[in-house]
Amino acid sequence: MTDAQLPTAVHPLRAHSPAISASRARRWGSFFYAEQALRVMRGYGWSVFLYSVGQPVAYLFAMGIGLASLVDANSAAVFGGVSYLAFIAPALLVSSAVMTASGDFSYPIMDGFKWRRVFYGPHASPLVPQQIAAGHIMASALKFLVQSVVYFVIVAMFGASPSPWGWVSAVVATIAGLSFGLPLMAYASTITKDAGQFALVQRFIVVPLFLFSGTFFPLDSLPIGVRWIGWISPVWHGTELGRVFTYGLEESPVLTLIHVLFLVGAAATGWTLTRRQFVRRMGA
Amino acid sequence: MNPPAVITAENLTKTYGELTAVDGISFEVSAGESFGLLGPNGAGKSTTMKMIGGVSQRTSGKLSIMGLDPETHGPEVRAHLGVVPQQDNLDEELKVRENLIVYGRYFGLPLSYLRPKADELLEFAQLSDKAKSRVDALSGGMKRRLTIARSLINEPKILLLDEPTTGLDPQARHILWDRLFRLKEQGVTLILTTHYMDEAEQLCDRLIVVDKGRIMAEGSPASLIREYCTREVLELRFGSERNTTIGVELEGVGERVETLPDRVLIYADDGESALEQVSARRLRPLTSLVRRSSLEDVFLRLTGRSLVD
Ligand SMILES: Nc1ncnc2c1ncn2[C@@H]1O[C@H](COP(=O)(O)OP(=O)(O)OP(=O)(O)O)[C@@H](O)[C@H]1O
Ligand SMILES: [Mg+2]
Repeated sequence: MTDAQLPTAVHPLRAHSPAISASRARRWGSFFYAEQALRVMRGYGWSVFLYSVGQPVAYLFAMGIGLASLVDANSAAVFGGVSYLAFIAPALLVSSAVMTASGDFSYPIMDGFKWRRVFYGPHASPLVPQQIAAGHIMASALKFLVQSVVYFVIVAMFGASPSPWGWVSAVVATIAGLSFGLPLMAYASTITKDAGQFALVQRFIVVPLFLFSGTFFPLDSLPIGVRWIGWISPVWHGTELGRVFTYGLEESPVLTLIHVLFLVGAAATGWTLTRRQFVRRMGA
Repeated sequence: MNPPAVITAENLTKTYGELTAVDGISFEVSAGESFGLLGPNGAGKSTTMKMIGGVSQRTSGKLSIMGLDPETHGPEVRAHLGVVPQQDNLDEELKVRENLIVYGRYFGLPLSYLRPKADELLEFAQLSDKAKSRVDALSGGMKRRLTIARSLINEPKILLLDEPTTGLDPQARHILWDRLFRLKEQGVTLILTTHYMDEAEQLCDRLIVVDKGRIMAEGSPASLIREYCTREVLELRFGSERNTTIGVELEGVGERVETLPDRVLIYADDGESALEQVSARRLRPLTSLVRRSSLEDVFLRLTGRSLVD
């Protein structure tokens, strides 16, 4: 085949100018990186996604239907007069987003900086470090949201979200995932040596947060000595806020505001620290 | 008149804590030139490349790429460049072709351009039949070729290559040299580091020899050889026992004698006559070889070390 027959010879491929590359990257860089992260997720396939939806659904059935028959018969009042299923549904929603976050914002960050150094590829392109961080976060946030919506639809089908505002709990869960995940990401981006830190985070932070955040029973029923775990836990703030939306949990509006401020505040602090650390570490 | 400089470095310095990795180096590279950095491990070559690439902030000195300071105009500078880092950093979980497309997206390039361009570059890197494989299934040399293909996705006018052919087999290396040569013909400016003298001699119009963060010498491969070496070199092997002690007995043969653990080098404009002098002294080397002197010898002369250790 001669060159003349190649379609590219008729319309030669030409990249746009560096100036256009730079201005597009400045404006859309975070999205460009998010696109990469989503492609990587797609590569992982459905297995991870099904796991992250399937796990809370399994809990929901085991606890909410099995245990509920026992609980509802004896102590409905403890759970604010709603079914046990309705009580734990928002909690499992938030917990599962937080657990997904504990995966997304730990090992992949080490991978990016250290193991396979995937952040350094885009770093040599017009992207800047904070866009790489932001893109990673945006892709994960989208994943939390999709996962939460799917889960919520299942919950709603079982009538466990009586309020018309129930869907907001999927958004709340996404924010809760970030309010736990971004501080974790800030920490992960400072780690230069893997000494099993993430296994410790999992064991001594994620699991206790799951158990002591008013997930399976109200925080008030815990001894005062461990109740503070809930107060500093994105799982508790997210769960309570979710309950306000799914079944109209009655609490002081001040407390509701505190939930929102806590979740947003933790996420914002995490983002600020992450951004600073990415810029510092990648520019060294 | 020289074409305008696309890269200007003045007293470029980088320290890591106590360590000075790059110690006040200055150079200019003009458009279309291919410029090499040669130096032993730890000389500061990669650190220099990273500063030019706008991914590592300099400690002091001046640096300008296409008239822009990478510190204040990082994205604008990097948009001009193609970068092959010393260590591959591909997206291992993505397919081979997808790696090219994703990378092109970072430059805001549209898919209508990227799809055919990716195929073209896979052809270039001889990876077309691997387009749908995941990167972690590639061999080391294939990954290297993919990294090189990736660096060309935005059709850069300046290409930074940090040891581009390390890990490639001889055939792949020759093919790559050919491709780089063609890019050079199209006016692409090449900046490369290498441990291979033949690579430097083939590809570089001009190079700097760097050691401990400083420039030891600068010039074209031919002029460096002329300046620091004789025309020919006589290589003698006396066996590892005797190599180190025989130096004294060889004194006066040729212009200079260099004793290495495994061989003795005699620098002389006429290698054959030097060999005759050695025989006249009744010294019997196990093997002898006369060759033209190369950058390797320049390097040895300047740094006291051989390049490939
Ligand atoms: N991120 C870093 N932190 C601390 N020291 C560093 C860092 N990067 C490089 N160095 C040090 O700077 C010096 C120069 O390193 P550099 O990687 O530039 O050498 P090089 O010439 O590319 O060597 P090689 O041929 O082995 O690739 C070395 O002493 C190295 O240990
Ligand atoms: Mg190096």
